[in-house]
Amino acid sequence: MRLETDSGDDVGQLEAGLDALQAEPPGRSRVRPAIGKALLPVFALAAIVYVWQMYIWIVQPRPDILPGPADVAAALGSLWGDGAAQETILTSLERGVLGFLIAAVIATPAGLLLSQHKGLRAAFGPLISGLQVLPSVAWVPAAIIWFGLTDATVYFVVLMGAVPSIINGLISGVDQVPPQFLRVGHVLGANRWQQATRIILPAALPGYIGGLKQGWAFSWRSLMAAEIITVGGSMGFGLGSLLQQGRDLSDMAIVVSAILLILAIGIVIELLVFAPVERRLLRGRGLLKSGEA
Amino acid sequence: MTSQNTVLQRAAAQLEISGLSKRFGPDAPLVLDNVNLSVERGEFVALLGASGCGKSTLLNLVAGLEEPTAGELKAPEAAFMFQDASLFPWLSAQANVELALELRGVGRQERTEQAGELLELVHLGGAGKKRPHELSGGMRQRVALARSLAQSRELLLMDEPFAALDAITRDLLHDELERVWRRTGRTIIFITHNVREAVRLGQRVLLMSSRPGRIVAEWSVSEGLDARDRAELSGEITTVLRREIRRHAA
Repeated sequence: MRLETDSGDDVGQLEAGLDALQAEPPGRSRVRPAIGKALLPVFALAAIVYVWQMYIWIVQPRPDILPGPADVAAALGSLWGDGAAQETILTSLERGVLGFLIAAVIATPAGLLLSQHKGLRAAFGPLISGLQVLPSVAWVPAAIIWFGLTDATVYFVVLMGAVPSIINGLISGVDQVPPQFLRVGHVLGANRWQQATRIILPAALPGYIGGLKQGWAFSWRSLMAAEIITVGGSMGFGLGSLLQQGRDLSDMAIVVSAILLILAIGIVIELLVFAPVERRLLRGRGLLKSGEA
Repeated sequence: MTSQNTVLQRAAAQLEISGLSKRFGPDAPLVLDNVNLSVERGEFVALLGASGCGKSTLLNLVAGLEEPTAGELKAPEAAFMFQDASLFPWLSAQANVELALELRGVGRQERTEQAGELLELVHLGGAGKKRPHELSGGMRQRVALARSLAQSRELLLMDEPFAALDAITRDLLHDELERVWRRTGRTIIFITHNVREAVRLGQRVLLMSSRPGRIVAEWSVSEGLDARDRAELSGEITTVLRREIRRHAA
């Protein structure tokens, strides 16, 4: 099928003119608001530290009940200095990421299957939604009985936390695919496999990414819970273990340091991994204006 | 210059519909009642009717998206263009057209080439890399037109494809569609509820009644009509259309 087009015809020129008129004018540079937006959380953090310090100065609580910002900074510094901070972060991150990846590998085919098979979904859907609500800490005692104080316990708890939310994210992503896309696929002659891989999956991607993001949050939380409860045995020493150690030593500065590190890792993963992927995805589909967060 | 009769049987018909009826469910009312229609190869037929007359149902039946309740339908596989462009938002304009070629089994290299040519045909040669959300409504419909042409099917079904566009753009797309139709020799069935659009585009205008849908009148629009003749014809069709609608007032 070779089709020629005449170059200088009237309709073409008219259309070019109209296209130019209807196209969005290039947006003005948004650099300044973007910088301002990035600075706002820093201001918020500074304000919190300020209030904290003021409280220490005015109320003067016992340092073993509430340490001041300087004490916590010193504790963080010494944890970093002797390498304990790096080690615990690496141990926890490795477990969290590995557990999350295993969860994704299990949940993705399971979610696809459930989204396509009505009977299976009717049977297992409520159970999976229920599992998503069940705090995965509830699995820790069982896991310790089954696997003892080994890394298997930690991974089991992480999987029980992350798998249901990834499955649910994928299912709701597939549910939200506009039926019109399926009609178009049908009209274009897509078979079942092509319909699934070329149309349903890409269309469901935003929901799937949302599910992965939530799955990561559940992985991280479950991991911390598991690490706090199960210390010793053949298990590596993670951030949760550090937190528990701080408690055992009644060293509040270490406790606060560990909480801050756990929080910081969560924020960093969100900012460096999920936010850019999500932003790119939504922007490519016109679901996000270029200036928006 | 206008002839108003029921069904003209023609030779070399590409689409043959006889006694076609459709209801959704055994106790549901008839949506289509005994529709007879024959469309010749290369013909441009405008199907006109008020809302709820079953135009879209008829088109879905022809496209095989739904099954008829009764009657016969002989139609080749058809390309379909919807009221909204229904482009896939995760693909560029070019990739949207290429996907239609790919699902047809066209090889990778040919795909790129043909998709480029098709976009050129609808005067969007420069917009291939853009995502649907970066295009105006009219541009999106032209990509959709290129995509439906990519299906390389002789019969093109169009379900109010320009209804959501502004008047200037729609006007322009009429010219564009006519040009593409002449260039490609497709058989087109075009659904609209706009009398002037039907007269502007169709070689034949079929009027459908509502509830149940039937084809109640037919006009042929000869090529040589000037603006005044067309306006007159539009007026005549509007009169009949309004009469049909008024029947439902009681």
